[in-house]
Amino acid sequence: MVQTSATLDAADRVREADNPHSPMVRFGPDKPLRLDASVELAPFQIAYQTYGTLNAERSNTVLICHALTGDQHVANIHPITQKSGWWETMVGPGRPIDTERFFVICPNVIGACMGSTGPASTNPKTGKPWGLDFPVTTIRDMVRAQAMLLDHLGIDSLFSIAGGSMGGMQVLQWAASYPDRVFSALPIATATRHSAQNIAFHEVGRQAVMADPEWRQGRYFEHGTDPRRGLAVARMGAHITYLSDAALHRKFGRKFQDRANPTFSFDADFQVESYLRHQGITFVERFDANSYLYLTRAMDYFDLAADHDGVLASAFKDTPTRFCVISFTSDWLFPTAESRAIVHALNAGGARVSFAEIVTDKGHDAFLLDEPELFAIVRGFLEGAAMARGLPQTRR
Amino acid sequence: MLKRLKRDLTMAEAARTPGGARVDLLAVAGMVEHGAKVLDVGCGDGELLRLLSETRAVDGRGIELSREGVNEGVAKGLAVIQGDADTDLSDYPDDAFDYVILSQTLQATRHPRAVLEHMLRIGRHGVVSFPNFGHWRIRLQIMFGGHMPRTENLPYDWWESPNIHFCSIKDFRRLCQVTSTKIEKAVALNAWGRALRFNAPWWFWNLLGEQAVFLLSRRD
Repeated sequence: MVQTSATLDAADRVREADNPHSPMVRFGPDKPLRLDASVELAPFQIAYQTYGTLNAERSNTVLICHALTGDQHVANIHPITQKSGWWETMVGPGRPIDTERFFVICPNVIGACMGSTGPASTNPKTGKPWGLDFPVTTIRDMVRAQAMLLDHLGIDSLFSIAGGSMGGMQVLQWAASYPDRVFSALPIATATRHSAQNIAFHEVGRQAVMADPEWRQGRYFEHGTDPRRGLAVARMGAHITYLSDAALHRKFGRKFQDRANPTFSFDADFQVESYLRHQGITFVERFDANSYLYLTRAMDYFDLAADHDGVLASAFKDTPTRFCVISFTSDWLFPTAESRAIVHALNAGGARVSFAEIVTDKGHDAFLLDEPELFAIVRGFLEGAAMARGLPQTRR
Repeated sequence: MLKRLKRDLTMAEAARTPGGARVDLLAVAGMVEHGAKVLDVGCGDGELLRLLSETRAVDGRGIELSREGVNEGVAKGLAVIQGDADTDLSDYPDDAFDYVILSQTLQATRHPRAVLEHMLRIGRHGVVSFPNFGHWRIRLQIMFGGHMPRTENLPYDWWESPNIHFCSIKDFRRLCQVTSTKIEKAVALNAWGRALRFNAPWWFWNLLGEQAVFLLSRRD
């Protein structure tokens, strides 16, 4: 079964990168983003979505940090895929991150392709997409850019900050970089450093992109080509790491796709093959291949302890932030041991920390899925934090 | 006769204040100063932590082994982490807390002495509550029943009990002695969880106390 859906053409993707379906803030040459790569990015822009209303005291902001292939469309219909937001079960009226109570903001990260400056954006110096001329960015660069956005919006402190996977890395970086601006933090299914295994998986994905002859050293927009196949393979490989053996077996087993017997060919005989192909195809509709290279790189470079002479606890020494660390039993990409390392460091730093491991067979992706225990824990944690912060029960 | 005793003991379970708090937890809470920084090791679903934060305004943290307990506690807004008293206390720095509490936890640990020592390294004070194995009803069950005691507070058969290191009040005092731990305060609780309201020699408490609560500190 081959899914035939109209892919977004290259011009559409460049248009979304430059003029997104989201509010955005442009920072001029006078406000450059200082990158870890020792270069300045200017001008640059950040696209973001907001939900709910900022209260008069400006004390009810919740920053959501999206994951590698996520974007700012947390709880609205996605402008390109027309699908519902990626964390709609978590964020919305009456949801655990309640938009009747909190002002929720989610920026697209630097290096991505949905309206914040990245390799698909137009390089003002050349009038062409940045491609590989875009400087390599880090998790800390993403967070620095987000802080500039919040400064611009006049939001001094965050009531909370939440995110899973790469989003969780940003949460930890926020707490380490700006402890006084973060009242509470929810790092979910994440780690303080990317493991060798995870870097290895990312490298396979990048090589798949770069092996596609249509990639053209990253200049596919100018050549009128599109490294769809390479990016789809990268996505297929990565998607396996987001699930678990048990979940794949439960969903697909060895079941055949629309046939009773094997075809003795390399068609997608098995349901799991068909599913992965579908994941690959739908992903390339909305994602830029170069952005995939840059964002995976940013995750690879993440190592919070390295920024503090190898001592993770120093990153959180005397932090005023209250933390709720969450992991999932079947997540082998960011296993519970990684979350325990965060908890140990926070304890050693004297932080107020909660830690829960949720039993599920859904793997790393569980943080995006319908997990009632996850919702109860996030709700309870935010409730406790809201009481400590003196936020009223409901906004109205 | 033992059946009737058991029925009496169910009253201990029912011994709650109008506010709903277990009376033995009130005895533990009574040992803790207002506004202190507290670590509750083996905090269950967080009932004691909640009581402490509501009545004593403590800055409370909890460690709990069972996943259900942890998740319930966190969902209540408490700062609880999943962990094991036997292995995870070593991760905490010295003097991190004003009080470290072991409420009905010590007898379930594999290395009670190490746990007690860690407790007084991490905290300036320790509060320990445990079921007193020297209580006369328990003595009676062993003596006349000839079997491991089972009460409402200790309802498990021996092969499935999480309580693997029982001690009497006398035994616990000996542990304090060998670890150079100072006993600041001690109360024995009767079957209803109320403090025995009179001063008595230790052997008397050891016979009549169903549970004991000790406030400890380092002997410097």
